[in-house]
Amino acid sequence: MDARIESEPNPLKNLTTAERKSERELLVTRTFNAPARIVFDAWTKPELLLRWWAPKSFGVSFLSCELDVRVGGKYRFVFAHPASEQPMAFFGRYLEVTPHSRLVWTNEEGGDGGAVTTVTFAEKDGKTLLVMHDLYPSKEALDDAIASGSTGGTWETFEQLDVLLVDLGASVGRS
Amino acid sequence: MRYILNRMVQFSRTRLDASFAALSDATRRGVLEQLGRADASITDLAEKFHMTLTGMKKHVGVLEQAGLVTTEKVGRVRTCKLGQRRLEEEVAWIERYRQLWASRFDELDKVVEELKRKEKVDGRKN
Repeated sequence: MDARIESEPNPLKNLTTAERKSERELLVTRTFNAPARIVFDAWTKPELLLRWWAPKSFGVSFLSCELDVRVGGKYRFVFAHPASEQPMAFFGRYLEVTPHSRLVWTNEEGGDGGAVTTVTFAEKDGKTLLVMHDLYPSKEALDDAIASGSTGGTWETFEQLDVLLVDLGASVGRS
Repeated sequence: MRYILNRMVQFSRTRLDASFAALSDATRRGVLEQLGRADASITDLAEKFHMTLTGMKKHVGVLEQAGLVTTEKVGRVRTCKLGQRRLEEEVAWIERYRQLWASRFDELDKVVEELKRKEKVDGRKN
């Protein structure tokens, strides 16, 4: 199981890779041209996170973004989408918080099938390699997420996510 | 669509090695041909290729590892079918997932650049 995909070479943007690392794992990697403390801040301060988590091309907008970044602390993101009357929510708890190097949280909106996400920030020569690892409870849970069009962070309504992905696909196709 | 196919070619490198290894055997090529006509149980395949169940299980295992065949056990019967379709769906899904994060990270770059500039300005002030 090694479905690995890399983005087009682009001198301006760093490569984002995604792969299914195993039956239960997804891995996303990306390098940022900044020290780990800066990248970590952007993941842990709500006023910064809401500026990048839902890009315009997604067609969704934040209704609220609450982060209590400490072990056991909760987070909750709520989005609006023009195609949906009901808002969409992501929520869960932080299991580990190591400043500037490691975050672990649960994804609980999908019930028992949700992944545990680990993000590590490794700084080298002023750049930060970010590795995001989603571990699903079983092969079936990840297969189901793929089959239903979910994106690891599972959504309350898969249908709404499909809309999101179609929008995203369309905007990628245009560019 | 071509975009996704291009990605598939890149993604497939590791899987291709496994595929070539799987296809290097005449029996396994025969099994694929057979499954191209209809799904079959391991018992059916073993009979068709005059092999023991254990021998056929091994061949199917190699094909499964390479993503060429999927199997499903219902009751006591394990049914084999060509695995390509599921694989394509998975590849397409992973590419969408990658694009989703690449879009986020492009925005995150902007936030990070702004924080870097701010740090520099603040640093000069001190």
